[in-house]
Amino acid sequence: MSPDEHPPGGPAVTSTAQDDTRRFRVYRYKRGDGGERFEEFDVPVGPHTTVLDALRWIQRHRDPTLALRHSCLHASCGTCGMQVDGREELACVCSVQEHGSEITVEPLANLPVLTDLVVEMNGFFARFPHEHPIIRSSAATEDGHNGEVHLEGEHEVILDLPSPVPLYHHPLHHNHRAAPAAVDFVRLEDCIECGLCLSACPVAATSQEYVGPAALAAAERLLEEPRGVRREDVLAWADRPEGVWRCHVGLECTRACPADAIPAERIMALRRELTFGGPDDEEGKR
Amino acid sequence: MSTRHDAHVLIVGGGATGGGLAHDLALRGLRVTLVERGEVTSGTSGRHHGLLHSGARYAVGDREAGVECIRENMILKRIAPGTFECNDGLFVAVCDEDLEYLEPLVEGCTGAGIPVQRLNAAEALRLEPNLNPELKVAVRVPDATVDPMRLILRFFATARHNGADIRPYMEVVGLLKHDGVVTGAAVHDHVTGKTGEIHADLVVNAAGPWSEKVAAMAGAQVPMTPSPGVLLALRGRYCNMVINRMHKSGDGDIVVPQRGLSVIGTTSWVVEDPDDLSVPEDHVERMYAEGSKLIPALRDAPRRAAWSAARPLVGSAAAATGRELSRTFQTFDHAEKEGIEGFVTITGGKATTLRGMAELCADVVCRKLGIDEPCRTHEAVLLPHTAYYSEAVAA
Repeated sequence: MSPDEHPPGGPAVTSTAQDDTRRFRVYRYKRGDGGERFEEFDVPVGPHTTVLDALRWIQRHRDPTLALRHSCLHASCGTCGMQVDGREELACVCSVQEHGSEITVEPLANLPVLTDLVVEMNGFFARFPHEHPIIRSSAATEDGHNGEVHLEGEHEVILDLPSPVPLYHHPLHHNHRAAPAAVDFVRLEDCIECGLCLSACPVAATSQEYVGPAALAAAERLLEEPRGVRREDVLAWADRPEGVWRCHVGLECTRACPADAIPAERIMALRRELTFGGPDDEEGKR
Repeated sequence: MSTRHDAHVLIVGGGATGGGLAHDLALRGLRVTLVERGEVTSGTSGRHHGLLHSGARYAVGDREAGVECIRENMILKRIAPGTFECNDGLFVAVCDEDLEYLEPLVEGCTGAGIPVQRLNAAEALRLEPNLNPELKVAVRVPDATVDPMRLILRFFATARHNGADIRPYMEVVGLLKHDGVVTGAAVHDHVTGKTGEIHADLVVNAAGPWSEKVAAMAGAQVPMTPSPGVLLALRGRYCNMVINRMHKSGDGDIVVPQRGLSVIGTTSWVVEDPDDLSVPEDHVERMYAEGSKLIPALRDAPRRAAWSAARPLVGSAAAATGRELSRTFQTFDHAEKEGIEGFVTITGGKATTLRGMAELCADVVCRKLGIDEPCRTHEAVLLPHTAYYSEAVAA
């Protein structure tokens, strides 16, 4: 190992023993280049090395043509989703220590592969309910502190999922311990649009038409905090065979979700609403 | 939309700088191609702590930077509604020594036009109950939290909508030069595995900490000192406002809430190669130690991720930690600098001022190409980030 080939994700190692090496089997595909295949790379790892660290090490020291997506490196942007040993993970927070001596890395399932580990995310966003346009805006008020205004769309506005919403606690959430709201704080939505739930969904694997867990969970969020959207419209969008009724309750989406956005529970909440709710008895229910 | 111009500009680098510039030039009606070796925002731009600066952090030592930040802060909130948690920020004094920074901070902010509000300990704790109960005093400023990638995607989305060709996974492997003029780039397409050439009337190097390497391909010099910092994301959200330490810029002086995470930043050192970033474990420990002085509960919060990002500091490598170098940006016209025509570098700066940086660079680009079009980016509301993907299909 040359001096600059220190284990990725950790400090440059000088004298301590660093002989932990993992074999990565990496999915490769270049358009018009003889089809898909796996390539193997041996990567030195340390106690904090992530799968993303290892893949970037391969890019830098073994093969600069390996293509992958990443941005924030801390599970906030949602770009580095992939399958690691067959399970959906954000590579940036997937420790190699939780895997064996050979680690297989593939692109997300149920989305078209652009190249190597890169999927085309338009296939993910195209499933969202575009007919419910919302953009929630925040703007500086005259004193320079922040108030809120609503922006009327002067262009086609698309459901802007992570836009700030009033601070809110879902009863099934357990890991958010924000301060009680003494003022009207806002926060970004939990969903980071990573596509892990769609990749993990066994129903999406068999049906191109199914809108999938992320889009349904987003619709359910609109019921809880409508942002100007009519409940009936959201429910009508979800209430169709390729919508909320397609789910087989495998719960894989909630297991895969790296942001605790609980898509499976939200799909069930939509079903409950469609089964027991309705415009006629709305007053008694909510 | 302005008149269409035939002039073709090739931008190298898909971060905040390139995204802002592609949007500005496309709005002015130029033909724009942008190439990035990986996914957009995969270098420095996606990795910052997620603070939209009010300017208060700079107002004490560098009033001009403070003025620039508050101006751009207000513009971005207007043109990118929905991308920020506009919860303000607090500067908190947790020991007597911190109090020495109180008056300079208030005066600096006032002088730079940054609204401030003094809060006593009880008032601050009412807003943020998890703050260190020992806190002496706090100052409220209009900081905000931003999702870095999605803010920049909105610039790319709008640029695409206005005709710019945004090409991720397209790596520049050389710059084409004829008779001392840069005429384009040789590129390797990581999607097809093929190599090709892109010709342009002007090439703009917007590669952040990689600017020195890109400039060298044209035989030009851009002195960069990539300065990494370690950031630490912890599980759980312990504050709603951005919490800053009330003293001069130092290690672990900020906690930024991001969705269900708390991000503590940062340290600062210098490297030669921005691709060679380590995450020293003692820096991670320092983030825990300093962050928990602001919010004690962070000491026991589980680690979600630790990472490094390289600031694109302009200057030579005499710096020891990077904090000595300015956070401002520079535009180099290499024709003036070293007689290389057709090649401009824009580098340095910070995410909060990406629009302003792009405006000044686009002015230089237009002047060189003989195009007279005003900047419109301060008033054009950006498309949502999701349009980046749908516009790709439409293109």
